[in-house]
Amino acid sequence: MILKTQIRAGTYFDSVVLMHLQRSLAGLPGVDDAGVVMATPANQELLAEFELLSDEGKAAGADDMLIVVRAETEQAAAQAIAQVDDLLKKRRSNVATEFRPHSLDGATKQLPQAEFVLISVPGRYAAGVAEQALELGKHVFLYSDNVEIADEIRLKEKGRAMGRLVMGPDCGTAILNGVGLGFANRVRRGDIGVVAASGTGLQAVTAGIHNLGGGVSQAFGTGGRDLKTDVGGTTALMALNVLARDDGTKVIVLVSKPPAAAVAARLLGAAQAMGKPVVVQFIGYPPPGRQVGNLHFAASLHEAAETALALAGNAEGAKVTEPRQGYLRGLFSGGTLAYEMMLGVQATLAPLYSNTPISADQKLDDVFTSKGHTIIDLGEDDFTQGRLHPMMDNDLRLRRLKEELEDPETGLILLDVVLGEGAHPDPASELAPAIAAGHKQRKDVEFVALVVGTDEDPQGLDKQVEQLESAGARIFRTTAGAVEYASRRLARPPEMMGTAVELGAFQRPLAAINVGLESFYESLKGQGAEAVHVDWRPPAGGNEKLMGILARLKTTANG
Amino acid sequence: MAIDIDKANQTTVERMMSARPILKGVARAKDVIPGMKPNLLLHAGPPIEWARMSGPLRGAVIGALILEGLAKDEKQAVKMVEAGEVEFDPCHHHQTVGPMAGVTSSSMMVYELDNVTHGNKAYSNLNEGYGKVLRYGAYSEDVLAKLRWMNEEMGPLLAEALATTEGIDIRALLSESLHMGDEGHNRNKAGSILYTAKLAPLLAKVSKKADTLSEILKFLGDNALSVLNPVMAACKAMADAGHGIEGSTVVTTMARNGTDFGLRVSGMGDQWFTAPAEVPDGLYFPGYTSADANRDIGDSTITETAGIGAFAMAAAPAIVTFVSGTPQDAINATLEMYEITTAEHAAFTIPQLDFRGTPTGIDIRKVVEFGITPRVNTGIAHKEAGVGQVGAGLVRPPMKIFEDALVAFAEKYKL
Repeated sequence: MILKTQIRAGTYFDSVVLMHLQRSLAGLPGVDDAGVVMATPANQELLAEFELLSDEGKAAGADDMLIVVRAETEQAAAQAIAQVDDLLKKRRSNVATEFRPHSLDGATKQLPQAEFVLISVPGRYAAGVAEQALELGKHVFLYSDNVEIADEIRLKEKGRAMGRLVMGPDCGTAILNGVGLGFANRVRRGDIGVVAASGTGLQAVTAGIHNLGGGVSQAFGTGGRDLKTDVGGTTALMALNVLARDDGTKVIVLVSKPPAAAVAARLLGAAQAMGKPVVVQFIGYPPPGRQVGNLHFAASLHEAAETALALAGNAEGAKVTEPRQGYLRGLFSGGTLAYEMMLGVQATLAPLYSNTPISADQKLDDVFTSKGHTIIDLGEDDFTQGRLHPMMDNDLRLRRLKEELEDPETGLILLDVVLGEGAHPDPASELAPAIAAGHKQRKDVEFVALVVGTDEDPQGLDKQVEQLESAGARIFRTTAGAVEYASRRLARPPEMMGTAVELGAFQRPLAAINVGLESFYESLKGQGAEAVHVDWRPPAGGNEKLMGILARLKTTANG
Repeated sequence: MAIDIDKANQTTVERMMSARPILKGVARAKDVIPGMKPNLLLHAGPPIEWARMSGPLRGAVIGALILEGLAKDEKQAVKMVEAGEVEFDPCHHHQTVGPMAGVTSSSMMVYELDNVTHGNKAYSNLNEGYGKVLRYGAYSEDVLAKLRWMNEEMGPLLAEALATTEGIDIRALLSESLHMGDEGHNRNKAGSILYTAKLAPLLAKVSKKADTLSEILKFLGDNALSVLNPVMAACKAMADAGHGIEGSTVVTTMARNGTDFGLRVSGMGDQWFTAPAEVPDGLYFPGYTSADANRDIGDSTITETAGIGAFAMAAAPAIVTFVSGTPQDAINATLEMYEITTAEHAAFTIPQLDFRGTPTGIDIRKVVEFGITPRVNTGIAHKEAGVGQVGAGLVRPPMKIFEDALVAFAEKYKL
């Protein structure tokens, strides 16, 4: 055995550093033992006890660093001592890793400017984490699935009251402030905003916008269940509201798999009121037409991107028609016209009923009494038994018109006037006085006439129109025109209960807290966003009993 | 009965942080420690009987019995103990704390601290320095000789010197030493120098023998742990001020006896929650390995309980090797402790964290929820009596005691 000593006079390291170095030296090949100490008498004594103190070492003083290696060969000892500087340096170059907090609280203290929390923990824990994030005042991007719908409703209500978005559960993607969350394509920033209840729908549209040369201001995912009746589109409505107020957004794209009819109506009602063009693509949901006011209905995700881009290039604010109170009452003589009208207005007017409904829930239980928005086909058997078809006989319609005027909820009465061979010879002569009388009786009710005919028809198209107009009716010559007018007049943006989302969060650089999948954190960092990753574990290691106790001991308790 | 746990915890930590422990004097244990008597030995950690005591604690017991003149040698000491002639009780049951074995006997000189805010007192023995010492279970003649010198020469002079002042504010001293690279548990280098500097003029004034004075000053100044014992007593005074708050889930005692790790909680009275202590993970002095290490031992975890020690690791970059190497790791160690604590200390701040207060007041709810046990910086004792310290490192208490305490809390308060 060889004992090799090196003294570094006047070199000071804390004993812990030296112990570490000593451990590294002792682990080198051919080394039996090693000692690295400041050569105080006590330390020299210690070395002596383990036969690590040479005469050379004895001569060292308390201010000297004493390095001793006992090795099998001279060479091994020399090689070990030669590594001292490298070992000291290596320690210093250890990559410092940023602290990973275990709690949202800790993460918030670490990155106080974070306004978003990405959550991708297992479903049974996700609602709890989301609730905590809301309580800390954060917007939530909830990737986790298998969250109970009752929890989703509760979280979204809470978020709405506080002005915080709950994107998800089961929200795969969003692009906020130019940063992709979850699964998002890298797209340039621009002036098109997106709200999507469909992850891949959002991706297809945003990627399409980018590929066509456009850019995205914000793209919000809502989670696939947001447009279901129970949830009511809370997040989509809040996101639309953000985009409506965001100066950086010129055009909005609204994407979903087929929504519940009532929810679709609320959303489109809101969209109509927003003063910006809105491109709608409810995949598989019958569109009311190509365009209704500021609403543009696309036939495919790609067409939605194309339309948005065209509208953004042609930016002028959409006109907003001041909405009015009351319901639509459409009293039709023509069945197909009634049906087309319904197809058109059902996207924006709810609730909608008819004696010839499109869907079962629109069925009017008493065809003789209107409720909500109602479209009646008076040519149906219920009405025509024992009498002439309403295209020839206005009697039934005039009586129904009177009844509608008695209903305080009536806001707009729509009549079709179908001219031509075989029809009533002068329908306006009967309808116009009733309209004029109705105007007198109800100043708050509007009259609209959909006139179908040609200038060669025996009734005289101009004469018919003139009579109706002078009675105070607004004339449309196509169903599409009537649909657009009715829907712009009567669709009401749903009342935004709760607190409006502050726009500041969408104007500052994105900073976020990630809880769950580490790849989401890495993606945020890769995009240059500030982020903290929470080293999340199930509370109490998933122990049900302890979790129960913890829940009861959370804050205040009664015992 | 209605309880508000958060409010109770706030009260606990506010009391802990507003406690102001002043080192008032040095006196014989039997004259000041409540309940102290000749055949009673106080020890570190939760209660334990002789049969289960580890090597270092047994060694310290034997040494103390010889020191007290109750036994003339090891054999007689063991016989006395086995005959039931010696009583054992945790230091913590007597407002006292002691490092490592923590054995305190009636004739030993002890520090006496007053919490001038709340009026409670705390005591701790004098630090023996490094090498072969009683607290690691050594009881050879030189060990006992040093103790006698401490009890007959240094102790009385310290008592005389301190009697001439209003005392030394240990909380203020700690605040300062945290800004000088100490964390107050494993590193007390700066604090010990500050302490010696405060004592030197007082000692010089009352000393009549220059040689003795010189010896005492050298002993205090060379020992980087001189201040550890008054610091521990100060932490004990702070923790006790927060103990007994109804409905509080804050930890007020963590202590080890070399066999078990013990925990007490403010709202759980004097109930101990114990489980086998771990062997620390650390760095070893030349010639030793983890195979030589005793299970975790000592009352010094009172420092972490009060919000310093490993909790203030970020303040002590010189000893970052305990936490695997870089100053960032030291900062991470402290940041981790914020997650299981109730408050940031009003008096103890960390320059490296922009003078953020140290994490203070361990909440058993958070420990269990996040699965993070408190960090403890510690010295490592040899498992055989008398060998002494073999290294230093990091240890954590067993999670079980926190879970047990949580369950018991829920039962006690019918939650």
